[in-house]
Amino acid sequence: MTSVVDSLLNLFSFTGLDNSILLILVLHIPALSIFLVMVVNATVAVYVERKVAAFMQDRLGPMEVGLFGFKGGKKFWGGIGQTIADAIKLLTKEDIVPDSADKKLMLLAPFIIFIGAFLTFIAVPFSQNLVVSDFNIGVFYIMAMSSVGVIGIIIAGWSSNNKWSLYGSMRAAAQIVSYEIPIGLSLLLAVLVVGSLNLGDIVQWQAENRWFIFHSPFTFIAFFIFFISVVAETNRTPFDIPEAESELVAGWMTEYSGFKWAIFFLSEYANMMIVSIVASVVFLGGWLSPFAIINVGIPNSWMIFDGPLIGIIWLMSKALFLIFVMMWFRWTFPRLRVDQLMYLCWKVFIPFCLANLFFVSIWELIGGLFFK
Amino acid sequence: MYKVLDKSIIGADEMVMNMGPQHPSTHGVLRLKIVTDGEIVSHIEPIIGYLHRCFEKHCENLSYEQIVPFTDRCDYLAAMHMAHGYSIAVEKLLGIEELPERVEYIRVILAEFQRIASHLIAVGVFGLDVGAITPFTWTLRDRERIIDLFESVTGSRLLYNYIWPGGLAHDLPPNFIQKANDFLNYFEPQIEEYNNLLTTNKIFIERSADIGVMPVDVAINYGVSGPTLRGSGVPFDLRKDEPYSIYQKFDFDVPVGEGLMGTVGDCWDRYYVKVLEMKESIKILKQALNSIPEGDVKAAIPKKIRPKKGEIYSRYETARGDLGLYIRSGGKNMPSRLKMRSPAYCNLSVLNEISAGWMISDVISVLGSLDIVLGEIDR
Repeated sequence: MTSVVDSLLNLFSFTGLDNSILLILVLHIPALSIFLVMVVNATVAVYVERKVAAFMQDRLGPMEVGLFGFKGGKKFWGGIGQTIADAIKLLTKEDIVPDSADKKLMLLAPFIIFIGAFLTFIAVPFSQNLVVSDFNIGVFYIMAMSSVGVIGIIIAGWSSNNKWSLYGSMRAAAQIVSYEIPIGLSLLLAVLVVGSLNLGDIVQWQAENRWFIFHSPFTFIAFFIFFISVVAETNRTPFDIPEAESELVAGWMTEYSGFKWAIFFLSEYANMMIVSIVASVVFLGGWLSPFAIINVGIPNSWMIFDGPLIGIIWLMSKALFLIFVMMWFRWTFPRLRVDQLMYLCWKVFIPFCLANLFFVSIWELIGGLFFK
Repeated sequence: MYKVLDKSIIGADEMVMNMGPQHPSTHGVLRLKIVTDGEIVSHIEPIIGYLHRCFEKHCENLSYEQIVPFTDRCDYLAAMHMAHGYSIAVEKLLGIEELPERVEYIRVILAEFQRIASHLIAVGVFGLDVGAITPFTWTLRDRERIIDLFESVTGSRLLYNYIWPGGLAHDLPPNFIQKANDFLNYFEPQIEEYNNLLTTNKIFIERSADIGVMPVDVAINYGVSGPTLRGSGVPFDLRKDEPYSIYQKFDFDVPVGEGLMGTVGDCWDRYYVKVLEMKESIKILKQALNSIPEGDVKAAIPKKIRPKKGEIYSRYETARGDLGLYIRSGGKNMPSRLKMRSPAYCNLSVLNEISAGWMISDVISVLGSLDIVLGEIDR
């Protein structure tokens, strides 16, 4: 599996530049693409989320801003331009910084949170060969980078000099650090079976055998533990206690407005996308088509249903379905309390994860004895 | 209940937090001063008065007829109840014994619709307080239909000025009975929907059962009334125990908290009593709509309200509890003193007693389950 950076280096090798200089130059292309993906993702996801919410709540959702002209104009697609209008509003809004806030740290926090989400995308594969850099420790890298954001959250809560913000950031720190463990332990099952931390290898294993969620009953449980944990990791309902609206006003984001707040929003939706893609890649066969699993008799040589270009559609449809499930959660469930959240993590998920790890090891061992 | 840390061992300081008056879940402009130790709250002091409009002092300078719209503005979520309670008090003061049958029927019908509307808000907002947004929009959707009914009757949607001492402002519109029956047929299955979405949700039960338990003696000592008291298992309802208007004609039950999901008197019971009361209101409404007589609704309205010297105390069961009105007449067309015993005010006073020692999130749940309206507390 080659990466985007490798392909770009090959593509531009005709310039004859030194490889290290060329690397710095071509890196701008994936960097800008990642940023674009984040922005487009947030824009579309916010619109979809509002429409999903409206559908579930017997409302219409955004209806006023069309894309080409306004309601009186000729073309009007109700509400589709709403997030663009919102983005413009946020970017042009006055940036309010409280007098008693620590201004430097308050400015720093959105950057750290954004960098956490941005750097994670480097190892996230969108399809075969469509990954910025193909790490051999991809799973580990994603785990590590996705927890960088929590530093930004703590800084944001502390520097705002607001008691509600501090509560929010303390809750977020406890929650995100705790839920790293079930996430890591669930991913470890895949690593244990495949014998590699490389996401490409994990998908390759699934292509040769079966989707990892169907590997054994234990990975089936592990998928749900993983999914619920990433919902908690991304601070979505029912685990949105760090920004619990009815308790902490807006949690650690209370004092932020305008552009900085937009950055938080961007990162939140980017994190949703990252965890959904990782869940699809590790457990749901990544860019493999579902037809290969249910074996409907389509020859594998047909490039219609598999391959790098179709792969991105398969992966994104799996990931988008998971994002939709997260939205579904949000508009259905109430919020857990802090101690209940911790109970769920430490007393339910982690024992199950450890048991999973043990039983999958035995499953592999027995499978090795009998089937090979 | 959680144990607050022993400060002599840890050396932890307590932090004073200021919740409100601008806060998403203080139900208006209530301010709570809460002393916290981490997430655990050790003391809560409700500070009220941000919505004080001198209702009682105003009344001393207004004629009895002019007070009616002011009572609407006390409990703005149950304006019909306030006007009804006030009208009953003034009729008592005037010595009016008998009202036309139709007036009483219309008053009961509107009061029960108002009870459903008010409980819908309470149920939805309690969901909102524990983090569920969808139940709130569903209950508002259904409340909207009641508001439409009221609009067709009175012309206004929130503050009606419809029930007057001695009668009503005008009669019902021609197709009201049909529309009301349509609504009841639509609404009855909706209660099951709320139960499926919120009441029996595992997370909702975790958040509300066994939390903020109010024992019967605490409830009675603080003068708690209404659904909040019935949540603690006391079947006290003025509609049954001291029937006013024509409530003795109707067959209905007084639902009480039974501790189905936890302890008797927890937040879940206080919530569920309101859901059950909506069902009882539907029962009353069906009986009343089927047997409403004809008559003149303005027949008993006095030309001039000028009661003799004297004083009365009248009680009324609003959606929030026992509304007491003390009126002293000096023989003029204005009361020389009017005192309102506001149910939500008494219900709020129990907050510290039942939610100290719980977490911040639980304080929000308890406050939501008490179902307060600041307009009535501050007056």
